Amino acid sequence: MELVTPGIGLIFWQTITFLLVLFLLSKFAWKPIMTALRERESSIENALSMAEKAKLEMQALKAGNEKLLAEARAERDRILKEASEASNQMIEAAKAKAGEESNRMIAQAREAVTNEKRAAIAEIKNLAGNLSVEIAEQLLKRELKDATAQQQLVSDYMKEVTLN
Amino acid sequence: MKKLFALLLVVFSFTTFASAAEEKGGTFKPGDMITHHIGDDYTWHFADGLVLNLPVILYGENGLDVFSAGNFYNENHEVVPYKGYVMDHGHIYYADAQGNPRTEMVEGKEKHVGPLDLSITKNVASLFLSAILLIGVFFTIAGRYKKTEGRAPYGIQSFFEPIILFVRDEIARPNIGPKYERYVPYLLTIFFFIWFNNLLGLMPGGANLTGNIAVTLILALFTLIITLASSNKNYWAHIFKTPGVPIPLLLIMVPIELVGILTKPFSLMVRLFANITAGHIIILSLFSLIFIFESIAVGPISVAFAIFMNFLELFVALLQAYVFTLLSSMYFGGAVEEHDHVDDMGHGDGSHGLNTPVAAH
Repeated sequence: MELVTPGIGLIFWQTITFLLVLFLLSKFAWKPIMTALRERESSIENALSMAEKAKLEMQALKAGNEKLLAEARAERDRILKEASEASNQMIEAAKAKAGEESNRMIAQAREAVTNEKRAAIAEIKNLAGNLSVEIAEQLLKRELKDATAQQQLVSDYMKEVTLN
Repeated sequence: MKKLFALLLVVFSFTTFASAAEEKGGTFKPGDMITHHIGDDYTWHFADGLVLNLPVILYGENGLDVFSAGNFYNENHEVVPYKGYVMDHGHIYYADAQGNPRTEMVEGKEKHVGPLDLSITKNVASLFLSAILLIGVFFTIAGRYKKTEGRAPYGIQSFFEPIILFVRDEIARPNIGPKYERYVPYLLTIFFFIWFNNLLGLMPGGANLTGNIAVTLILALFTLIITLASSNKNYWAHIFKTPGVPIPLLLIMVPIELVGILTKPFSLMVRLFANITAGHIIILSLFSLIFIFESIAVGPISVAFAIFMNFLELFVALLQAYVFTLLSSMYFGGAVEEHDHVDDMGHGDGSHGLNTPVAAH
């Protein structure tokens, strides 16, 4: 019975001491501790969300970079393609022009050769005419040294010429 | 360190027991010895020869009297009357002419009469010690939080921080609900108060403070007062008009619910008191076996069991602090709970503080 009978003295001191401890700890210990814990928790929370945000930004940046890279690659391909097309065209054009030029030159050469040939033939003809005239002159001079022969010839021609 | 602690415990216990046996003139009465050890005293008997006489504070027909408890003992360590007071079985009464406690007839029964006793007894001294310890430890920790703001905790701070967080996140928040924050300081205080005092009680020469019904009574009373002070209309509606209960049944239910208001703190009071006192009694009984059998052979067995019990008590010290705090927070939760609009007749939603059955330890 003694054990379960609360003593007045201890009740008194327990009430006072507990109230004092409760007051002092609440005001000077639990309050700053709780505040500090809450602040730390929120700062960790913030840090985590910021890290998450940074990660997302990084991803976006990376995606942007990749897009840029892809664009650059496409641009390069396009430029290369255009360049090769242009060079091909140029080569084609040059080839065509060269062909044309050579054809033209061949044609000119051919024409020149033809002209030369014609001129040469004409000269040969003239030369042959002159020569034959000279030969004929020489021959005639020798043949017609006597009057009889001249007569003969005139008569021959006369016979040959038919007045029609 | 643990070994040293256990050794110290054994040594101290033996010396106190030996002295207890000697005082009784050779005949060893385990019941008296145990009652003496778990009870209160005007002197703090750390070990034989190491006795702290505590101040006695009395208020009565002679006015206020303050003197040392050592005055009640003569040089032969016998109890003597002093200044018209006499100490008898751990209480102080007015002395009559023969130096015996004065008696009075109260309702046909003879009763000792004494002054109002506000002495700093062993338990009160231990209470002050624990208060200083609590304030010292937690002021230090609070200082650390200010000093190393936003940085990682270290030392004593990192030891207590998880416990503080446990009380806040595992005890207060789930049991009280959204309004938990204003109860956290009280819950932390009772948790550490009970735990520290349980542990101090296990120290060699320590006082059985949390195993004293007056202390647990006050703690339970604080929980009751806070519960009633923070109760909302749902709490009272639940008591006077339990939802879903037919009117005739309310005639039975209302008195039960009203008694329930008191039985909850009563169970808190008895649970802590009984657990701590029982632990002390078991350890003391194990040591008593040596003296009952008067054989040194029993010694090792008793000591082994007592050490085992001591470790169990170290666990119980924490467990009881947890249980007291948990149940207090459940009662607060029941008092501040808003109506949940669940058609469960006020029962069976699991988180209902008032009706949650809790296995009593």
